[in-house]
Parts: sequence; structure tokens; C-alpha cells
Amino acid sequence: QGQFTLLRDTRTDGSFLVHHFLSFYLRAGCKVCFVALLQSFSHYNVVAQKLGVSLAAAKERGQLFFLEGLKSCLDLLFGEEEQPEQPSPLQFLSCRDLRALFDFVRVSLAAADGDSCKGPVLLVDDLSVLLSLGAAPVAVLDFIHYCRVSVCYQLK
Amino acid sequence: LVFTEEDKYGLYSDLLFKYFLAEGIVCGHDLFVASAKEHPDNILKELPAPLLDDTSGKELGDEAAAKSEDFQDSMKIAWRYQNLPKMETSPTTYTKFGHYYDVSKKMSPELCQSVKRHIFYLHEELSLEPKMKAWNMNSGYARLLQSIQKIISQEGFDGSDPQKKQRNVLRIGIQSLGSLLWGDDVCCSDTPEDPHSLTKFLYVLRGLLRKSLSACIITVPAHLIQNKAIMERVTNLSDMVVGLESFIGSERETNPLYKDYHGLVHVHQIPRLNSLICDVSDTKDLAFRLKRKQFTIERLHLPPDLSDTVSRASKQDLAGSAKLLSSGCGAMAIGKKHLDF
Repeated sequence: QGQFTLLRDTRTDGSFLVHHFLSFYLRAGCKVCFVALLQSFSHYNVVAQKLGVSLAAAKERGQLFFLEGLKSCLDLLFGEEEQPEQPSPLQFLSCRDLRALFDFVRVSLAAADGDSCKGPVLLVDDLSVLLSLGAAPVAVLDFIHYCRVSVCYQLK
Repeated sequence: LVFTEEDKYGLYSDLLFKYFLAEGIVCGHDLFVASAKEHPDNILKELPAPLLDDTSGKELGDEAAAKSEDFQDSMKIAWRYQNLPKMETSPTTYTKFGHYYDVSKKMSPELCQSVKRHIFYLHEELSLEPKMKAWNMNSGYARLLQSIQKIISQEGFDGSDPQKKQRNVLRIGIQSLGSLLWGDDVCCSDTPEDPHSLTKFLYVLRGLLRKSLSACIITVPAHLIQNKAIMERVTNLSDMVVGLESFIGSERETNPLYKDYHGLVHVHQIPRLNSLICDVSDTKDLAFRLKRKQFTIERLHLPPDLSDTVSRASKQDLAGSAKLLSSGCGAMAIGKKHLDF
């Protein structure tokens, strides 16, 4: 609890750790907010099923809040005119501001109330995608900081 | 998403690109070809002809079986086609996976026209739609994405048309992305004007590929991109990364170690879709050669040491390099050294 873990892989692939943490925390019964930027929902779902957890079921009972980056990106760029009161979390593609993404995280974590003994978990896969999509490193650091504060606030 | 790093003069990566498209035609897939360098129609006219004759296919099989070190030869050729997400490589020695092509002959126009082909030639495209200006991306890339998305949704590759009974695969080939011809200076300077255009493009393309029945090959003059951070992000955003290094003009051309080959193949990344880890092959040293009729990729092995006048110095070189190669080849080299008395 109250831990910030950074997974860093060099010249190899550490993505199996993401799957591990995801299934680990879901099985423990924690509320999980997963910002999945790198792969599609079905990829994570298929691997999670091999590890014994169903992401679709977790999503349905409200234990998992999932942001599928690839899909939201396509909706934002190719979709119809968006409703102004619901900005897309990936809005930083055009406006370089990660605030909308943070709002998604904050709202998901706030909805994860009730079970106070098991804290909420935030998983982001992965931060380098934010840099690839044009966010400045300073903005990403701010985002991480705000997320940490937000999660710790929930833990209180 | 197969990302190919071009060799210095682009000769062999173009060949690989054409193989991808030719395989698509032979399998009956639809094609989408995009280029800023040469007109896609010209590219399509130059595809290699498939060897559809069964006897010649068997000949290759016999040849492959005869060479003891290259007994996995066909798997190496087949493995190149792993870019299609629904196909699996077969582990047995010789089964028909993919097709063989004759590089010296061109594909017949009738066969070429048997599938639907979509073209994107940057210099003939219309100007940017106003909505796309908000994307903050290089206009060439934005137009290409728009075009790809339109084809995917119009032709129903994303499953949006339930009426369509027969679902087909779309093969997308994009040539020389990132080069100056696309209007991107990422290949020219260490700090390009818009360092994120290429990576944004790859991300959106990935989204489109995941959402539809398509596979894509991109060739990029990676040797020109000086910014390492961009290359790493690009690698991260692709499923499979293969680099081609040709020996033309480099000191390796005269190295006796590489005398039978025209270049090396570096596999930087293998796709890990829908699985926890990927199946890493046991050998990492692959080389390619372009014979008159065939382009082959093989496990790198030393040429036979037949010369009597080979000097001590070069023998040391060979022995030294042998230590770096995988054990199969290394044993052969050390054995030769012991024959010298």
C-alpha cells in the first residue's frame, strides 16, 4: 500500500509483469484502474484468462476501470464531433495537456469506494506511449505526481 | 505491424516489401500500397512471379533436405511471413507454408489484377481536410491515415458490414516512411521539428490494425534516424522489428566470413500478441543472399575453408569470429583449425 512501482525494461520485454500485477490485484479483490495504452483490450483479456482472471467480468461488476488507448484514439480522430461536456481522455493528442487523462483516473479512483481495507490500484501501460504521442516529459512527470497524490488520498 | 529497417541503399528492403505484396496477391488478399518515393503502380508492376509449379517446389525441398546444416531452411523462409496474425509457422522440416517466388521473373498482370488494389501516392493526393489539422501531425501522415481508415471502413475490414459473407485480409505496405519525401525531417537532424509525428502515426496505425483484419509492413530508412529515443519509441510501438544490413560498400563485403552472403538480418523484436511471452528462436544470426532467382534468409554459417594459402592472420579472424556465432557453426570452425598441421 502506498507504493509506486516503476517497471522498466531494456532490450527485453517486461510486459508479462503488467499481466501479473493485473491478475494479482484483481484476484485480491482490489479496485483497479487500468490505463492500457499499448495494446487492445482483447489482448489483455486473453492473457488474463490464461492466468485465471476474466477482465470482462471484472469490468462488468465494477472492479476494473479500463481505458483502451488505441480505441479512444481512433474515436477521437475519426469519430463524429465529440460532446463538449465529455472530453476524451486522449485529448492531449491535440492540446498537449494530460489533464483530461488525469480526470479519467481521478474519476475512476473516486468511484472505487466501499472496500476501504483493500486500496485502489492504478496501472499504466505504458508511460513511453505518452511521450510518443507528444506529451512533454515534464507533463508526464506531473501526471505521475498527481496520480500518486490521488491514490494516496484514497488510501487515507 | 512489421517494421523493417532499410539497408543503406534500400535494395533488399524493397525486395522484402515486394515479397509481402506478392504473397498477398497469391493468397487473394486485398492490397493497399503507399509510397512517396515511386508510384505504387510501378511497384506493383515489379512484383516477383510466384513459383506455382509443384515440382519446382519439391526441388527446393530436396535441396533443403540435402544440406545438413540448413535442414531448417524452409522454416527460415516461412518464418518471414509471421507478420500475418492468424498464421502460425510450422515447426516441421518441409511443409508448404507461404509461397516461393522467382525474382528473375515479373508477376503476370492478370494475376496482379486478380485482387483489389488501393493506391496512395503522396504527391497525387488531395490536400488535408480541415478536421485533420487538429491532429498536430505531419500532413502527409495524416492524409495516409485518413486514406487507410476510409478503405478499412468502406470495404468492411473492421467487421462493420455484417452483410459481407466472405471476410478478407487487407495487406498494407508503406514504403520509406519517415524519409524526407514524406515531409518529415526526422531522418535529417538530431532534433527534428516535429519529433512526434512518426510515433503518433504509428500509434494510430496500430489502433487501426488492431481494429481490423489487416497486416502491415513498413520500411523505414532507420540508418538515417539519428535520434535514439525516437527509434526506441518506434520499436516499442511495432509488433515485429526486422533490420536488414547489406554488405554493399562496407568493409564486410571483402570479409571471407561473409563471402556467400549479401547481408545480415537482425531480428530486434518478435510479436507477443495474445500471449505472455514470445517464442524466441534459438539462433540469432541470420544472413540473406540474393541469388539470380531467389532471395533466401539462412542461418549464418562459415564458408568451407578450402584455400591452402590462407594466411595465419585471417585464420585467426575466422576463429575469433566463430566464437561469437552459435555453437553449431563454432564447432565447424574449430574443427578446421585442428586440421592445420
